Amino acid sequence: MGAKRLELRHISKSFGGVRVLEDVSLELGTGEVVGLLGDNGAGKSTLIKIITGVHQPDEGEIYFGGRRIKDLDVHRARALGVETVFQERALADQLPLWRNIFMGRPVSNSLGFLKVGDMRHATAELMGESMGFTSAVLTPNTNVKGLSGGERQGLAIVRALHFQAEIIILDEPTMGLSLKETEKLVKFVEGIRAAGKSAIFIDHNIFHVYSVSDRIVLLDRGRVAGQFQTSRYSLNELMDIMREVAATGAYTEQDRYLQGRGTSEVTTVSSEERA
Amino acid sequence: MSTAVAPVERSRTRSPLTAFTNSWASQIGITVAFLALWIAFIVGAPTTFLSDRIYLAFAQTTPYFAIVALFLTMVIIAGDIDLSFISIMSLSMVGFVFTWQATGSTELGVVACVAVGALCGLFNGFFVTIVGIPALVVTIGTQFLFAGLTLVLVNGKSYPLVSTNSSFAYGLLAGKVGTIPIQFFWLLAMAVVAWVLLNRHRLGQNAYVTGDNPQAAQLMGIPTRLTRTMLFVLTGMAAALAASMNALSLNNFYPNIGSGYLLPTLAAVFVGGTSVFGGRGTIYGTFLGAFMIGGIQAGIVAVGLTDYYTNFVYGAVILAAVSVHAVLQRRFE
Repeated sequence: MGAKRLELRHISKSFGGVRVLEDVSLELGTGEVVGLLGDNGAGKSTLIKIITGVHQPDEGEIYFGGRRIKDLDVHRARALGVETVFQERALADQLPLWRNIFMGRPVSNSLGFLKVGDMRHATAELMGESMGFTSAVLTPNTNVKGLSGGERQGLAIVRALHFQAEIIILDEPTMGLSLKETEKLVKFVEGIRAAGKSAIFIDHNIFHVYSVSDRIVLLDRGRVAGQFQTSRYSLNELMDIMREVAATGAYTEQDRYLQGRGTSEVTTVSSEERA
Repeated sequence: MSTAVAPVERSRTRSPLTAFTNSWASQIGITVAFLALWIAFIVGAPTTFLSDRIYLAFAQTTPYFAIVALFLTMVIIAGDIDLSFISIMSLSMVGFVFTWQATGSTELGVVACVAVGALCGLFNGFFVTIVGIPALVVTIGTQFLFAGLTLVLVNGKSYPLVSTNSSFAYGLLAGKVGTIPIQFFWLLAMAVVAWVLLNRHRLGQNAYVTGDNPQAAQLMGIPTRLTRTMLFVLTGMAAALAASMNALSLNNFYPNIGSGYLLPTLAAVFVGGTSVFGGRGTIYGTFLGAFMIGGIQAGIVAVGLTDYYTNFVYGAVILAAVSVHAVLQRRFE
């Protein structure tokens, strides 16, 4: 399989004496989509901020493509191809589309003067080709404020792809989206895999994550409670495990799955609980 | 900032015309407000406002605060504020006076003045971005600090600058081009510089993003601290430039040279449509806003009201202008 695109080993992080992450290890393969699940406070966003270089871990090691990266910061992470798609936090509402596409990476000459024409042109092309914004009134000069939730998501996603992201992090991308817009998003995430890029899809709702993820990592109170290939676990089984983890902080896979997994008994229990 | 607002489906009535007004609502608003005020002046006092004398007076007095307002606009767009520039005007002139006395060179005095202004801005930027104190609080503190330091350094004295009148710097900063005061050309030049920096340079791009969404700016790797500090430095330099023009023109430096400029400068920025919440504002708006504020005092006297009306009319114009901006923003964006 070769070197993993991203590997975290034994990451711990505390804020003001509170341990937010405890010995977290995580791998992300090339072309793999990993769903990161966990309740509020499980440490999802802290983990993401460590991968994106916003926070540095207290302990543990980070590897990109098998190479250890010390002192990862935001610039370094971006240079390594980490790109985050945040729902509300990634866009500047009052600014036009082209300034948002090139946020933090404007096209400029050596003196820092912007090549506005180039950026507007590139934005118009992206809007037509990648975003499906064909309406004549949506121009590169339109403010982001006027876009719907799905359009905003599309903008952030297209921005990530435009800058050749290798690892795309989707932080609660379905929050506030309508069903139809969520479907669009799922299509895009499938497109990431098809393009040979990797993605981490963060959500607290397993329904959004299950269908697009190759593997689901369950985070609970700062620890990895378990990892599950979606090809080997049904949605119902995972929901049971999540309930158990939420209640006890651990789950008993040995008892239920290793000894004759996939029995009809388990499925029955799940359906009852769902009802 | 509307972070908590869910992106609900609004009824969107987009046509090419509204797309145009969306983008330009603020500029159209300030232009209409400016013309309305000026027409009121012309109708009320045609002899004054149709003669060139009053415009020549504006051309000299407005730049003193308008130049600062241009760069203050960028500070506010980035989500900060600077209330210390009036004291930077004083302290930077101490740099001028000491250097001028030591070397006999007015030109070196001006260089020192601008350098002190830059240092004051750096000082503000340090406390705001590195120590992490809100700019409002920091610059209230430095307003006192710089003013106090000025008084200590010059023992509260004024300095006559009559002997600078023959210098090159005097002609450059306080002279005339034909009959037009050179301050006006400085204002035009600085407006171009500020516009280019804000709209066509990385600094401005980063300032807008930092003010609009600080979290996004940080996540997207924008050097927000450097950006904000640079804007404080530019504002300090603008304050120093304005102070040197003012003092040379008056042939006098007095320690409270900046007094009286605080509110007109802030008013020019906000009348021009810059949002106190950051992320929104234009150089064009501030430029017109400065002339609206600059015109009010002369206008009041010229239309036959007593000087006592000045503050009342200032207040009315400021409230009317910012209300227009608020309504336009809700309606079109």
